[in-house]
Amino acid sequence: MTDTQTGQATWYETVLATLKANDVRLVTYVPDRVLTPLIKAVHEDAFFTAFPCTREEEAIGIVSGAWMGGMRGAVLMQTSGFGTLPNALASLVAPCQIPALIFVSQRGTLGEFNLGQALVCRTVQPVLDSIGIESHTITRQDELAFIVDRSIKQAVATQAPVTFILSPLLTGGKIFGA
Amino acid sequence: MNVSGTGAPNAHNAKVMNRFELTKRLVAQLDHDEAVIGGIGNTNFDLWAAGQRSQNFYMLGSMGLAIPIAFGVAIAQPNRHVIALEGDGSLLMQLGCLSTVAMQKPGNLTIIIWDNGLYQITGSQPTASASTADLVAIARASGIANSHWAADEDDFDAQVAAALNGGGPTLIAARIDGEPGVGATDRDPVQIRERFMRGLGVRRASGA
Ligand SMILES: Cc1ncc(C[n+]2csc(CCOP(=O)(O)OP(=O)(O)O)c2C)c(N)n1
Repeated sequence: MTDTQTGQATWYETVLATLKANDVRLVTYVPDRVLTPLIKAVHEDAFFTAFPCTREEEAIGIVSGAWMGGMRGAVLMQTSGFGTLPNALASLVAPCQIPALIFVSQRGTLGEFNLGQALVCRTVQPVLDSIGIESHTITRQDELAFIVDRSIKQAVATQAPVTFILSPLLTGGKIFGA
Repeated sequence: MNVSGTGAPNAHNAKVMNRFELTKRLVAQLDHDEAVIGGIGNTNFDLWAAGQRSQNFYMLGSMGLAIPIAFGVAIAQPNRHVIALEGDGSLLMQLGCLSTVAMQKPGNLTIIIWDNGLYQITGSQPTASASTADLVAIARASGIANSHWAADEDDFDAQVAAALNGGGPTLIAARIDGEPGVGATDRDPVQIRERFMRGLGVRRASGA
């Protein structure tokens, strides 16, 4: 399935294909509207074990355990979910050198209508930088596969987590009133 | 303030036991390289002191995440039994994980809760389970039907033996006293993680 207007793969098809190509079989998440098509797609594909968690920390813990047991995993969340994570990242994922693959659907910028979302959005990059976690804000479909594929390989090879911030420029974001 | 560590007001018939004693009893039953995830603080310290195994993961921070980590190991290695050890305060911090586990029904996961009714390691402040919250009732209501208080040491042994036979997820809660842990873990997260991965057969020692 491709974008009907352009004939190109959609962002979520590219993410799904790249996870598969890198044998990332576990996907845990706390939902976000923009992530809906990706969440639906991983549920519909028997390659993946996918389920929701009650908190993003929990989702991170599960993926960390799975990695230690030999299975690669990704966590999907909204910007506000990332806001709950500094302790789990700083006291588990980073010091244990676990290549957690963290996808953050970016709310809070480029047309945000909720001030709280806008503020939590500004905490994301400083938190990542202060813990020293690699991150990429992805804005373009033509760069998506390259960034995600290469970064997953780097995360595994260097035993380091990586965060993919999915910009509204890539996903369309959430529109006021929509 | 109740600092006696009696805990679990609704578990009237459960004997107050000792975490180190029960941890030793648990470890003595592990003969299939079962993985054990020890929660923050005393839980870890007693697991360490009960005899180090390379299938043990000692969680140094991330309070509340012992159950999610164990669940992740259980997903990755469905043929290995995985046990999460967690304190009452730590469980209360991450209660939602019980709902997630119940929904996904990992047959190879056992959760053991040490309920002293205290945040013992931070100064023995009482937790909600000292007065009002019943952790077994919470686990059952979360969907883990197979959740029980251990009545005494023999009952704990029997419940562990049954849980290791499969049919999980299972939750065993033990009322424990207010004693601190008896050991202290090493503090090198990378070594702990690497040793655990070798213990699970995911990694080989270099040169092997
Ligand atoms: C997120 C977070 N909050 C608070 C703490 C401080 N802390 C460390 S251990 C602990 C108490 C743990 O209680 P419990 O799990 O019941 O174990 P016990 O100390 O009784 O053995 C607390 C509050 C922490 N490490 N992390």
